[in-house]
Amino acid sequence: MDRRNKFVMTMAGAMMLSGAAFASEVTPDAVEFTDDGVTMSLTGVAGDPAAGAEVFKSRKLGNCLACHANADMANELFHGDVGPELDGAASRWEEPMLRAILVNSKQIFTDETIMPGFYSLDVGKNVRESSIGKTILTAQQVEDVLAYLGTLKE
Amino acid sequence: MKRLLIAGVALATGLAATAGAIADPVDDTLEIDGTPIVTRTAAPEGHPFDEVLSGWLFREAETRDVSRDSFENPGMIAVEDGETLWNTVMGSEGKSCATCHDDAAVSMKGVGASFPKWDADSQKPINVELQINKCLTEQMGAEAIGFNKKGQRELTAYIKHQSLGMPVKLDLSEGEMQSWWDKGKDVYYARTGQLNLACASCHEVAMGKMIRADHLSQGQVNGFPTYRLKSGLTSLHQRFRGCIRDTRAEQPKAFSDDLMALETYVTWRGTGLSVETPAVRQ
Ligand code: HEC
Ligand code: HEC
Repeated sequence: MDRRNKFVMTMAGAMMLSGAAFASEVTPDAVEFTDDGVTMSLTGVAGDPAAGAEVFKSRKLGNCLACHANADMANELFHGDVGPELDGAASRWEEPMLRAILVNSKQIFTDETIMPGFYSLDVGKNVRESSIGKTILTAQQVEDVLAYLGTLKE
Repeated sequence: MKRLLIAGVALATGLAATAGAIADPVDDTLEIDGTPIVTRTAAPEGHPFDEVLSGWLFREAETRDVSRDSFENPGMIAVEDGETLWNTVMGSEGKSCATCHDDAAVSMKGVGASFPKWDADSQKPINVELQINKCLTEQMGAEAIGFNKKGQRELTAYIKHQSLGMPVKLDLSEGEMQSWWDKGKDVYYARTGQLNLACASCHEVAMGKMIRADHLSQGQVNGFPTYRLKSGLTSLHQRFRGCIRDTRAEQPKAFSDDLMALETYVTWRGTGLSVETPAVRQ
């Protein structure tokens, strides 16, 4: 986290110096869904698959294993089966569609889906105080998980 | 433990897909000290499932076995503590529960299978915990017991245990029970919290699936207070609040209108299941 923040800061600094446009984060409400999914990176900073794997596993962050089995993480105990297995996910879905599923799966599946929207403010009632106005993952964590999912090929 | 090993082996050998097969509710029957327990029965009209299933069918063999045997069931200690309280004088009137109700095995039989019921005085449904408080304050000159305080779970477990094996059946025709049922249904299907999940997301849509290490049951209430192997005696509103917290929502207060409505509706969803109190759960 620290390392990344520093990296972003340095990038921003370098960009300002060079006069290039500042690669700012897309806010949850401004994410654009097209027929192909979400084509634009949320941050402009390439995702880190190793960081993404940590977010995927962590019960406090993605907790993706709660609902999905993933053979690539066979040494982690307890894989749920509320959603489909994610083995080969990147062979079934193009990157923009995977990004869209992560940001707000209800845009891709149906309103009824159980999968939470990880970068969405379209949430349930009575959100606990500490989470009001916040997304489950940050924009960069979504890009990181996306980079990790990209490694899950058949 | 067994399932954990099986799951580990399956995953290690690349057979992760078998998790679904392992996770189906078991085909097993329950009898507690000679009392047959209905753990699977036809659902009442208007129910989303064809069959209602006790949470017992979703637990592992070891947990199921502890439920079978009241000597092994650690929840029975709470029932004994509840019996002591039943016979203890509380409050300024010098009365115990037994002073008015005598032998609970007779007077309390059926209570656990038919509450919550309509309370004309408060014009709301009343559950066993609130009925205990009503007796304490109105008959015994004692103070109401706060949520989960001073023997509330034990006394509730003792009272509900007197209905062991009896089928759950609510009378929705009394007072305004039907409108509380309606309200409870709204609560059940309302998505809450940052994770945006309703009770129905986990206990209806994903029923029978594994959510990480937990096998999702129908979320039935016929065994409450339950004895959870990892955290001890657990009251119903404590369980409701825990499930709601897990959606990252603010937890409604115990015995609030929302949770009383939910208790009414969810109890109905288990119509026909036997009272299992104190059921053993993971
Ligand atoms: C509470 C349950 C839940 C959680 C947590 C969850 N998902 Fe899902 N996911 C689902 C369900 C259910 C589906 C299937 C879509 C449907 O039926 O609604 C799904 C579908 C998917 C798909 C499409 C899979 C395919 O092959 O069709 C991907 C990719 C995915 N999820 C990734 C993730 C990632 C990555 C995370 C964590 C950051 C995650 N999910 C967390 C429930 C969940
Ligand atoms: C994120 C998933 C999730 C949601 C949402 C959820 N629960 Fe649960 N619930 C669980 C899990 C996991 C358990 C433990 C395994 C089981 O018995 O299903 C459980 C257990 C229960 C039990 C205990 C069942 C027994 O046999 O001991 C009840 C009752 C219950 N839930 C009711 C509810 C109600 C009512 C709601 C909505 C207010 C709700 N749950 C929402 C996951 C959830």
